[in-house]
Amino acid sequence: MNYFTKLIGWVDERFPLTSNVKAHLTEYYAPKNFNFWYFFGSLALLVLVLQIITGIFLTMHYKPSAELAFASVEYIMRDVPWGWLIRYMHSTGASLFFVVVYLHMFRGLLYGSYRNPRELIWLFGVGIFLALMGEAFFGYLLPWGQMSYWGAQVITNLFATVPFIGPDIAEWLRGDYLISDATLNRFFAFHVIALPLVILGLVAAHIIALHEVGSNNPDGVEIKKLKDKKTGIPLDGIPFHPYYSVKDLVGVVVFLMVFAAIIFFAPDMGGYFLEANNFVPANPLVTPAHIAPTWYFTPYYSILRAVPPIGISQFPGVAAMGLSVMAFALLPWLDRSPVKSIRYKGNLYKAWLAAFVISFFILGYLGTIPADTYGQFGAWLGKADIATVIARICSVVYFAFFVLMPWYTKKDKTKPVPERVTG
Amino acid sequence: MKTINYMKKVLLILSLSPLLAFASQDIHLDKAPVDVSNHESLQRGARTFVNYCLNCHSANYMRYNRLMEIGLTEKQIKDNLLLAGGKVGDTMTVAINKKDAMKWFGATPPDLSVEVRARGADWVYTYMRGFYRDNTRSTGWNNTVFDKVGMPHVLYELQGEQELNHETHQLELIKPGRLSVEEYDTLIGDLTNFMAYMAEPAKQQRNQLGWFVLLFLGVLLVLAYKLKKAYWKDIH
Repeated sequence: MNYFTKLIGWVDERFPLTSNVKAHLTEYYAPKNFNFWYFFGSLALLVLVLQIITGIFLTMHYKPSAELAFASVEYIMRDVPWGWLIRYMHSTGASLFFVVVYLHMFRGLLYGSYRNPRELIWLFGVGIFLALMGEAFFGYLLPWGQMSYWGAQVITNLFATVPFIGPDIAEWLRGDYLISDATLNRFFAFHVIALPLVILGLVAAHIIALHEVGSNNPDGVEIKKLKDKKTGIPLDGIPFHPYYSVKDLVGVVVFLMVFAAIIFFAPDMGGYFLEANNFVPANPLVTPAHIAPTWYFTPYYSILRAVPPIGISQFPGVAAMGLSVMAFALLPWLDRSPVKSIRYKGNLYKAWLAAFVISFFILGYLGTIPADTYGQFGAWLGKADIATVIARICSVVYFAFFVLMPWYTKKDKTKPVPERVTG
Repeated sequence: MKTINYMKKVLLILSLSPLLAFASQDIHLDKAPVDVSNHESLQRGARTFVNYCLNCHSANYMRYNRLMEIGLTEKQIKDNLLLAGGKVGDTMTVAINKKDAMKWFGATPPDLSVEVRARGADWVYTYMRGFYRDNTRSTGWNNTVFDKVGMPHVLYELQGEQELNHETHQLELIKPGRLSVEEYDTLIGDLTNFMAYMAEPAKQQRNQLGWFVLLFLGVLLVLAYKLKKAYWKDIH
């Protein structure tokens, strides 16, 4: 017995090291037919780690104060050795986190990964998504530019629309009547410790739940149903390590190439990742002509703008925006199809999913532009903004995808599901 | 309390009301000749910036000695650019009093460190060539890109005086300055180039490094793919 084996033995008597490595890596059996869509879970974990590490280094130089924040970010960009690289990794990482998470969620929609027995995995995932939105929102205030400031002003004002208690909630959140130094300090606390803890906890729960029930796959077949009689290993399962660790490594390198291309050649991404107006220091006296959230929030922002107010209350729009995000949590109970995967679902589901994705993209685009960009309809439609009308139609499609799901998934003509995974 | 409540309501309505688009998007901007690898142009731009802009506008995040990156020596910086004394490690601050500036121009001159990132190089390039005589303004100047701007035309001795033809909407030179039109455009081109460099001094390093990183990742991709193939040959 060599020293290494002895050491492992010593640890194993005191901590379940080997058994955990087996349970989660070398003897965690994943379906062998994972495709392109299955890269994004491990990539999301990679981005999370990158965000935490770059975030720690940014925290060493950043000053959470209304007086000093903007200057400290420029100090990082100029005077801190490799500060610009760390900052761009963090700002690009934020956007790519959402790219990866959206693709990861879409995979769930494609293959019914939220269905029984994976409802809790999905719910933890929705929790991660919500926490991530909070994390991005709080972080966006920190550079203390005009967009940071006014974006936060708009979002905190959303809470003010809640009937009766709204204005008090908004004031409580901000710690002031306006976004101010007090707000910046607490948002900093939320961004660097509160939400990261929540996200890490939820990610752990997400993975533990996944490894409890096992991964879904593009066929939506439960591989645990057919096991090798002698070994008890699923016939279509292969150990995560080394098979998926080496496969995910390829995905990681491709992802890093995209990541590096953006960081080194287009960190602003034409104003979508870093907005021009955020290079102007926050000024409470000058409202920017056009306030738009960062691209990953724009679909929901579009829904917010599309819903007409009742009287002077904007609450219906705010409620609709909240529902549009929360609706994902209901998917496990809305989908009544006898099959999980889109491969065996009928044209009805495919059409609805396509309509949903198209609406999501159109809403996302419309959220980045002023509502009057495309002019107005004539008097026959009350001179409504063309962009607003389109956003309303897309919002209806967006919600119909969820609301009508129990009906169309039941009515849909499905194909027979094979016993074992294909290809 | 009443005023505060009223203000809260106004802010609420302002921030939630449909967004306004300003007509400024329709203004034609000329393409700025930005090339941050052209050190001579950057040096000329730095000279113009320090001589003309840095009296009212600061560049608080830019250090003088960073200009060694664009080929200047510490001595050159000290002798030619540090006009009011100070150390080469200082940032480009100005002594102008904010209250005075407010009184003189109706606005405090903004810090220009990241102006090009905020407005774009084309905007700066067109703006600096877009001043024209307008006697309705207290400074006597207006600008095609920034209507009713508080800043007077600091470089009018060089460019001369322009007038806006309200029929063609074109600027016409009515009184030539010390420089020809081409010379003035070059001067502003260099200035804009310098301001573009100053807005993100690490940009050149970032672009150069990017190719090496991508090359490294490309090699790693080949290896990772071969590794995957080797492990997976017995699956399927």
